[in-house]
This record gives sequence, C-alpha cells and structure tokens, in this order.
Amino acid sequence: MTMESTDMTQSLSAARNRKVSLPLARLGYGAAALALLAATGVLEGYELFLASSILSYAIAAMGLNVLMGYNGQISLGHGAFFAIGAYAAAICIDRFAVPFALTPVIAGVVGMGAGWLIGKPALRLEGVYLALATFGLAIATPTVLRSDLFAEWTGGVQGLFLLINPAPEWAGLDLDQSIYLAVVGYFLLFAFLTLRLVRGLNGKAWIATRDNPIAARAMGFDVTRAKTRAFVFSVLACSVGGALQAVAVQFVAPDSFPFFLSISLFTAVVVGGLCSPLVGPLLGAVFIVMVPNVTEEIWQGGSWAVYGGVIIVIMAIQPRGLAGMLGWVKDKLTTHTNR
Amino acid sequence: MLKSTTALTVTRLLAFGAMGLTLASGAMAADYDKGASDDEIKFGTIVPLSGPASAYGSTGTCIAAYFDMVNDKGGINGRKVTVSVQDDGYNPAKMLEQARRLVEREGVLFIAGNIGTPTNSAIHRYMNQRKVPHLFLTTGASKWDDPENYPWTMPYIPSYAAEGRIYAKYIKENMPDAKIGILYQNDDFGRDYMDAFIDQLGDESMVVSAVSYDTSAATVDSQMSTLKESGADVFFNVASPKFAAQAIRRAGEIGWDATQFLVSVSNAKSAVLEPAGLDHSTGIISTQYLKEPTNPAYAEDADVQAWQAFKADYFPKASDGNWWDWSCYSTAYTIEHVLTQAGDELTRENLMKVASNLEGFEAPMLLPGITVNTAADDFAPIEAMSLMKFDGDNWALFGDVIAVD
Repeated sequence: MTMESTDMTQSLSAARNRKVSLPLARLGYGAAALALLAATGVLEGYELFLASSILSYAIAAMGLNVLMGYNGQISLGHGAFFAIGAYAAAICIDRFAVPFALTPVIAGVVGMGAGWLIGKPALRLEGVYLALATFGLAIATPTVLRSDLFAEWTGGVQGLFLLINPAPEWAGLDLDQSIYLAVVGYFLLFAFLTLRLVRGLNGKAWIATRDNPIAARAMGFDVTRAKTRAFVFSVLACSVGGALQAVAVQFVAPDSFPFFLSISLFTAVVVGGLCSPLVGPLLGAVFIVMVPNVTEEIWQGGSWAVYGGVIIVIMAIQPRGLAGMLGWVKDKLTTHTNR
Repeated sequence: MLKSTTALTVTRLLAFGAMGLTLASGAMAADYDKGASDDEIKFGTIVPLSGPASAYGSTGTCIAAYFDMVNDKGGINGRKVTVSVQDDGYNPAKMLEQARRLVEREGVLFIAGNIGTPTNSAIHRYMNQRKVPHLFLTTGASKWDDPENYPWTMPYIPSYAAEGRIYAKYIKENMPDAKIGILYQNDDFGRDYMDAFIDQLGDESMVVSAVSYDTSAATVDSQMSTLKESGADVFFNVASPKFAAQAIRRAGEIGWDATQFLVSVSNAKSAVLEPAGLDHSTGIISTQYLKEPTNPAYAEDADVQAWQAFKADYFPKASDGNWWDWSCYSTAYTIEHVLTQAGDELTRENLMKVASNLEGFEAPMLLPGITVNTAADDFAPIEAMSLMKFDGDNWALFGDVIAVD
C-alpha cells in the first residue's frame, strides 16, 4: 500500500526534526497545551462547545490513527465504540450521578471491555474482512440502542438527557468552560499517551506488523498481541471521545450515532493524515466538524456532493492528508531558508 | 509542524476575539432582542437537508421561500425578514450544534419550523435555558405541549396522541365489537399513537394483536400475516409512508378483509396509496386537518390557489404529494402573523406572548372549521381533525370536525 512509502519520508523528516530540535519541540508542545487551556477564557459559548466537539472527535481519531496508520488495519466501525462510550457516560450521569469529568474513565473501561471481546475474534480477520466485520458492528449499534431490551437503561428511542453541573462556584467557570477544560485535559492525556506509544516499542511493533508481519514475527514481535493492543487503544480513545461528546451535547439518542459516524471518523483519520500522531487527527476532526458547515454555505442541499469533492481533491493532491500538506509546506520553507 | 498548530490556534483565537467585539458593539435598542432591528428580523430554521430524512428538508426551503415572498411585498412592518436555514442531517448532536450557532453566533431572534422528534429533543432544554422561542415544530410528539416546564417550545401540527384518540373514539362508537390488529413503528412516533389509542379505547381486550417493525426492516410481510391470523377485523396502520404502503398492499394480496385505519402522516395519495394500489386502498379511513391540493374538491379553493401561485413563483421544488410541502406554508403564514402582531416590540418574551395568545386564527390550508388556538396553558395550536374515507379516487371527508384536547 502507499502507506509504506509515505512513512519512509515521514520517519525521515521526524528523525531529522528530533535531532535538530528536541527541546524546541517540547517548547512547542507546551505552548500548544497552554494555548488550548487559555482558550477557556477567550472563547465563549458556542465556540467552546464547538472546540469541545472537535477535541472529542480528535481524541477518537488519534486512537483510530494508531490502528489504521501505524498498525495498518482498517476499521469502518469505530463509531460503535464512540456510541458505547457516549452511552456509558450518559448512564453513569443519569443513574449514578457520577461527576461528568470522571465519566470518560468509566466509559473507557467499558469500551475497552467491549473492544477486547470484539477484538479477540475480529482481529483474526485481515484487511477488508476486518473492515466489514467492524462495519457490521456500526450498522447494528443504532438498532440495539433503539431496542426495548435495554430501554430501561438507554432510554430507548427517546434517548437520555444529561444533567451536568458546572465546576464548583469558587472555580468561576460556567458550564461550557467546565466541559471544555475537562475535554482539554483528556485531549492532552491522549496526546501524551499516543506519542509515548507510537515512539516506543509498541510503535515499532505496530509498524513492523503492518509492513511485514512475517518479518515482524521472525524478529520476535508478538504480532497478535501488537494488533490487539492497537485495537484496544483505538477503542479506548473512541469511547473516551464518545463520552466527552455526549457530555458536550448533554443528550444521547440512537440517531446521534448512525453508521455514517464511523465513516466520518474514518474520514477524519485519512484526511487528517495517516501516521501523523497529533496534528493529523486534530486537523481531521476540524475537517469533519467544520467543513460540512462550510460546504452547506456553498451549495445548500448539495453540501455532501461538495464535501465528497473536497475529500477527493485532498486525497488527489496529498495522500498523506492535511498533515502531509502542512509538512510539505514546512519542508519547502525550511529548504528555502537553508539555501 | 508544531509551530503551525500554535499559529492556527492563535489565528482562531484572534478571529473569535474579533467576532466577540463586533457582537458587543452592535448595541440593542429598547424594544429589540438580538436578531431584530429597525430594518431586519432574523430567525432560523433547522431541517434535515441531508441524511435519511432529507425528503423533509424541503420545509426549510419552503419557509425561506415564503419570506422571500413577504420581503418582495414590503416585509413585516417595514422590516425585512432573513431566514437562516441550517442542516442537521437528522442527527440530534448536529441539531444542537446548529441551534447554538444560530442563537450564539448568528444571533437569531428565534428558531421556528424545525422538523423531527429526536432532533428537537436535543435542543429542548437548551432553547428553554436560553429563553429563545422554539416555535411551530413539525413533529407530533405530545411532549412539546408542556408550557409549565418548557415555556419557550411550541409545536404546530396536531399531536399523534390526539389523532390516535380520534380513531379509538370512532371505533368505540361505530364498531363496538371490533377485534383490532395494530401494526406500529417501533419508536416514539409509533408508541405515541398506540398508547393514546389504547388509553382512549379503555378496553385493551379489543386489541387482539399488536406487532411492531423497525425502520431498518426491508418489509412488513410477516407482520401482516401475523395480524391476519389473529382474526382481527379492524386494522390500525401506524406506519411511516413506505411501510404503510407495503402494509396496505400486503393486506390486499393476502386477502385480509379488515376495516383499515391509516395514520395521517402516511395518507398522501401519491406517496402511499398509489404505490400500495388504489384498489387495495379503497375504504381506508384516515384523518386530515389540511386541504390536499391534488384533491379536486379544493380546485377552486382560495387557499389552495394561493399555495399553487406561491409554489409557481417561489417554491418550484414543492411536490403536490408531500403534505409537509403545504403544511409548511401554513406554518410560515402563522410565523408571519405572530411577527406582524408583535409590532415594534420584537422581544423574545413578546413573541411567546403573541404566539400563546392565538384565538381562532385562520391559517391557510387548514380545513374549514379548524383554526389555530393557543393560550398560556395550551401550547397545542391545532387540536381538531376531520375523518375521511378513500373512495378509490380521492379522500372524502365525512362527519364533523372532531376536537380533541
């Protein structure tokens, strides 16, 4: 697949970057984190909500990027885990009055359990077969959520309203700010985790497994375990993202999680840029949340035709997605200044 | 790469900051809330322009087109009306995003004419917390009529529950020994009808069989066989258009000779009865509160002619067969009426006051004898319907207009 060649350039420039500017990179991360936190005071209402929404999708996309980019497996069904996370959070708040900031933790545990159960058999499948198996999961999810069987917990077709309390008064934060801060907290946590994982031994195992499973096995990597870990991490990220999204919207219903959501997450990862651990998923999330609004302005009623067209154009110009484009621009700039 | 993220965030911050300033500087005059001024009234409507329910999206186009017409005639009390139509894709999460965008960023005075029960549920609390009118929704769930807890939300069309009661009343009076079989959609819509119907019946044993289907199902053939075998002689068809048509056709094919009752959501001749087969459809009983433009009985009707003219000049996309394409005309007319009545006091509170104080208001396209009535404790604008029977060619009204509360 094209991923091999793309990763070569990616890792080359990454290596170059790391040698040159490790302290600078740290500084950059710190500044980015501070900017995200500072936004709490600058943005308001709708913008905070939108930012929370984008960051929740970005968390999910980060996880899915590990699975699809680094481990080379294709899933069309991670929207199902997003839904499981959202409902886990919703039920925690609705039934047990768990503080909203803690619900992603519970959602993550629940999601990982589900991911492990489903991942065990599903990961024996390769490529398109895994894609189809997970896709089946995404199709089944809304119907299961709608069914009477679990209606007592899930609220059935009516869904659940979440009563979310803002941070205590001494903190001086309104509801949107409290939610946004919690989302930023989880986003930073997952950014840290993702970087640690993909740059560590796990990352090497994932890439080796993706590029040549036989060689990876010969080198002593446990291929099945590597795949399971990537899958479980992606599921964890998706369920945490789902929980945060549910908190931001304060309402869950089966119609919020159509199978199209899975395709959106897939789009976020690929359009953002496979194998770009942070910037890709973030740009991808911005893309799936913001671009439909923009295309709607361009051609109301035919917005998805424009949206589809934009995706085709991005893929045609730069298969490494938006992050690839950014990298390309940056390379141009640096080579120019070096001369 | 990192620098660019920071740069991006900074530009975004600046952009948002600038936006905040512009909003703050647009200070408001005494009698206006955000979204209204000396020369403009701005409101929003959110409909599914994409996704599984996109067929209903034309109501948004319709409302915008209607106010194009109003503006061409000089606007409302000298003010131009701007309608911002947004797409929710029938997704509740997207609906909240769009509502917040309209209210907080675009600064609309109110939101009206939205379609869909799950989607409007997602913004029910938000609109009421923000105290922004959430008016004239095209959804028949009974929960919208709750002025005590949700004083900023008001539906437009009659509730499914009210309609369910009309059928139950009719059956009890005219066929007391009926054995009823029900086909219902497994969601809010289906259950609202069912619960009210059985409640009004008072005697659950009259229902010999009730089977459901999921919207993801391919056909309802097996459900229809179950109903026939139950020995029911009355068939209550609580299905959305596609499935209603299948059910009517199937009942004819398997020779189930029952008196059929069909919910109004699915009684369009072109969308349901024709695909089901007009011979299978003869004798079906349903209810109506709107004048159907295709019915020759209304060919000379002033309302219908006005709608046809509106359609020709402003709304060419409209279909004669889709009830929402003419019910939205009625909704838009009512919005215009409320805005006109509010005069120069274009505040959110005053809009709710006017909207909840409509007495015998004659909105176009409503059947003769049916008017819009609201009060501070009654947020159900249309609460009367008429029974009708399909004669093989057209629907024919019979009996009096039936009021329900």
